[in-house]
Amino acid sequence: MQTSHGASAWSHFLSVSPYTGRMGIEAISAEDGGCVLALPYSPELVGDPDSGVLHGGAVTALIDTAFGFAVFFRIQQFQPMATLDLRIDYLRPARPGAKVYTRALCYKVTPELAFVRGCSYEEDASDPFASCVGVFMFTAGQRSFGEQGKSA
Amino acid sequence: MSLAQTVADIRRHGDWSRLPQAIPFARMLKLRVDVRGESFTSVLPYEPSLIGNPLVPALHGGAIGGFLECAGILHMLWSTDAPSIPKTINFSIDYLLSCRPQDTYANVYMVKLGKRVSNLRIEAWQTTPDKPVVVATLNLLMR
Repeated sequence: MQTSHGASAWSHFLSVSPYTGRMGIEAISAEDGGCVLALPYSPELVGDPDSGVLHGGAVTALIDTAFGFAVFFRIQQFQPMATLDLRIDYLRPARPGAKVYTRALCYKVTPELAFVRGCSYEEDASDPFASCVGVFMFTAGQRSFGEQGKSA
Repeated sequence: MSLAQTVADIRRHGDWSRLPQAIPFARMLKLRVDVRGESFTSVLPYEPSLIGNPLVPALHGGAIGGFLECAGILHMLWSTDAPSIPKTINFSIDYLLSCRPQDTYANVYMVKLGKRVSNLRIEAWQTTPDKPVVVATLNLLMR
């Protein structure tokens, strides 16, 4: 999957986070209908060595990152915020060896909060292995990483 | 050695410090476990690569969430005779405070141990256990 122009314009938000970089999370696309981020499969992210299935914790990192990305894309700027809550339902195990994607949509923003939902899948967004919702809270603080988010 | 054999061996020798080594994701996070009598605490040692927002700085919400899910599963393997890793049905995380760049600890309370489903409450703290920074609920499908 090629990285879309919209995603590359915003992908510097991924490079400033050490944990996101360490996990190898990539921005794939950013559109009004949702943002897609990906996590390449790696043996060190496995939760059950007998099956090779990714640990839920690796998927959590992808989802949290995709949700934050979706909020920035929705408000078209970087605004400091913190995850307030995150809930993930595992519909089935992720397929061992597969790169996984999360599609996230920020569907409501208030002055204090942003509401996001999404799903995680291998190839087909209509056959997700996880469904997720989250709420983010805007916090006070520095608004820029040095480069303001460009509009997509 | 399969995971079930490794876990059985750890149980036989009571050598719980080896448990995080048996799970690749726990090994990557360099998790430690601290077992004292009936108390089982998981430890996420601080590393700069766990930072999510370098401006605060704060640990990545995904790193803490992953740590808590891992802590719940490690606790399940310690406190029961589960032969293998239970499947996560769902996982719900409430972030109460920003996680500072320092070691994070997790304690687990088995709310319900069922034949089919178990419910765990997991609390992460950094200074004292009575001041949690993140709490989570984990539903596991036993198999």
